[in-house]
Amino acid sequence: MAGSTLEIKDLHVEIEGQEILKGVNLTVNGGEFHAVMGPNGTGKSTLASAVMGHPKYEVTQGQVFLDGENVLEMEVDERAQAGLFLAMQYPSEISGVTNSDFLRSSINARREEGDEISLMKFIKEMDEAMDTLDMDKNMAQRYLNEGFSGGEKKRNEILQLMMIKPAIAILDEIDSGLDIDALKVVAKGINEMRNENFGCLTITHYQRLLNYITPDKVHVMMQGRVVKTGGPELAQRLEAEGYDWIKQELGIEDETIGQKA
Amino acid sequence: MTVKVSLPFDKDYVTQFSQGLNEPDWMKTLRLNAFDKAESLEMPKPDKTNIKDWNFTEFKHHAEGEKIESIHDLPFELMNLLDHEKEQQNLIIQRNHTVAFSSFDKKLEEQGVIFTDIQSAIRNHGNLVEKYYMTDAVHVDEHRLTALHAALMNGGVFVYVPKNVNISEPLQTIFWQEDPEAALINHVLVVAEENSSVTYVENYTSNNKDVKSSANNVTEVIAKAGAKVSFGAVDNFEAGTTVYTNRRGLADRDATIEWALGQMNEGDTVSENITHLLGDNSHSNAKTVAIGRGTQKQNFTANITHFGKGSDGYILQHGVMRDKSSGIFNGIGKIEHGASKSNAEQESRVLMLSKDARGDANPILLIDEDDVTAGHAASVGRVDPMQLYYLMSRGISKFEAERLIIHGFLAPVVNQLPVEAVKQQMKQLIERKVY
Repeated sequence: MAGSTLEIKDLHVEIEGQEILKGVNLTVNGGEFHAVMGPNGTGKSTLASAVMGHPKYEVTQGQVFLDGENVLEMEVDERAQAGLFLAMQYPSEISGVTNSDFLRSSINARREEGDEISLMKFIKEMDEAMDTLDMDKNMAQRYLNEGFSGGEKKRNEILQLMMIKPAIAILDEIDSGLDIDALKVVAKGINEMRNENFGCLTITHYQRLLNYITPDKVHVMMQGRVVKTGGPELAQRLEAEGYDWIKQELGIEDETIGQKA
Repeated sequence: MTVKVSLPFDKDYVTQFSQGLNEPDWMKTLRLNAFDKAESLEMPKPDKTNIKDWNFTEFKHHAEGEKIESIHDLPFELMNLLDHEKEQQNLIIQRNHTVAFSSFDKKLEEQGVIFTDIQSAIRNHGNLVEKYYMTDAVHVDEHRLTALHAALMNGGVFVYVPKNVNISEPLQTIFWQEDPEAALINHVLVVAEENSSVTYVENYTSNNKDVKSSANNVTEVIAKAGAKVSFGAVDNFEAGTTVYTNRRGLADRDATIEWALGQMNEGDTVSENITHLLGDNSHSNAKTVAIGRGTQKQNFTANITHFGKGSDGYILQHGVMRDKSSGIFNGIGKIEHGASKSNAEQESRVLMLSKDARGDANPILLIDEDDVTAGHAASVGRVDPMQLYYLMSRGISKFEAERLIIHGFLAPVVNQLPVEAVKQQMKQLIERKVY
């Protein structure tokens, strides 16, 4: 079998005592592109953060496996080293640490000691990735995300994705705040990653991103669960008709997580 | 009633010391007057740090330093401070209280630039030194330590840059307290005439972990109209040395004074860095980074006082406190009446690496003029868990992530140090002190 498999089983997650995810089931295989859609406040970003190990989210029930390994027992850095990647919606700004030093540390973190990436190879790969993403070369020497515009931060997340080459990536609202040109550029970067060894879970409000990154499967989240799964045609129907028909079909009045199921 | 204190030296000693150096009368008189004042003046009172029992009086006042024939004979730690690929070094190495090595670009000398030890300067450029030595910037009678400094000054350098001369290569000094008991009472005087520019960087170093000594150093930077002085320093006295350091700048019209101070002492330290923006459109950028460890107590004051219109001051203080150390950071932006259109900005941040450490960031704005802008930011806290999460989510271990964040936190000064070797040494110091 090519690539890795991320299995999310009956995942329940709380933040500050409030349950947000109420039993999410989802499997992403290498070579597959999945989209998670849904209105605001339905738990999409919580899913992404909980899988990566965000310190504020507490998993109360359920399991996450990457190639059979229990992800929830791993520290955040171990999850990344096992092959997970999260392109964050709100990446931290870290003053005094250059983008390129950070990236090199990230790449070397996944390599054995003594097998660090050579500086020449690193610079070449970074230049290529930055060209793809239409990024200004001086971004490499700027401090990590410091003073970056919203769009620059998103590109920088995808730059990291392209350089780190994870087995499974989760993209958390990578399209928010991007104009259509920037969206196309970011999509180009993500599409370059497409191969049978790479699985991707894209979280988005909007169908428009999926015009450029065609998903194999689309999942709709409401009330902290995946309530519907389909092919790319599901995303198109959501774009045309909105979410109301799903709510009607499932008898949901309020799709947000505050509601009792 | 004035309280007399017992000083380890008497007036006869000061007279003999001055005569032994063949100092001119003005210097001898200045020393003797200062000595009288040292007996009666109060100690300085740094905010929130009690220095009553600190050692500023027990030390060896004079120790010769052996000459160094070639910089290849330097001990390893000092070798590391030099950019060896450079053919021409503008370098003075002071070993204990005497110059052990010096080299200086002839071309700069021909242009009238002076870069020499303070004793030679007093003998050979007496009029120039007399004009600026503790006259306008630091005063003898500010408190007991400034008076004691003036009375017992036993080293330092003089930098003089004539009008319109721009020096591209940095001038570097190394002050090496080799004798564990020797006290460096250094006076560094930098005078930049109109429209000149100079970059100066100094390192203080000692090895006296257990042997007690003291340092009482005063720096005066005079930037005349349109001049630019970039001043870099890495202070790295060992734990045995109790340090008082006072670095002060005066900036005339359109002048700039930049400070990049790496305060890496291991012992108890009081550090003042005050800049007076006297002239219109003068500018200062004062950056300090510090690390505290063990039971070290440190107090840092950065003050920029605005007198000139449209003057611009920016203070940055970043401190990392671990173990049971304590670090007080006072950032003071003061705008005097009449200094309209001025801007006073400051940022004081303390990163706490242990629950037993103490860190205080005290930003103070004192504004006596309406038409100005000012701002401050201050924080005391632990390493941001969100930053750690972000870095770790890329596979970087928690240890390495913290390391990156701390180096980044201290980078504002590291990056501004002008000599690459000094920059690298500062990074190694950070590494050694934090881990």
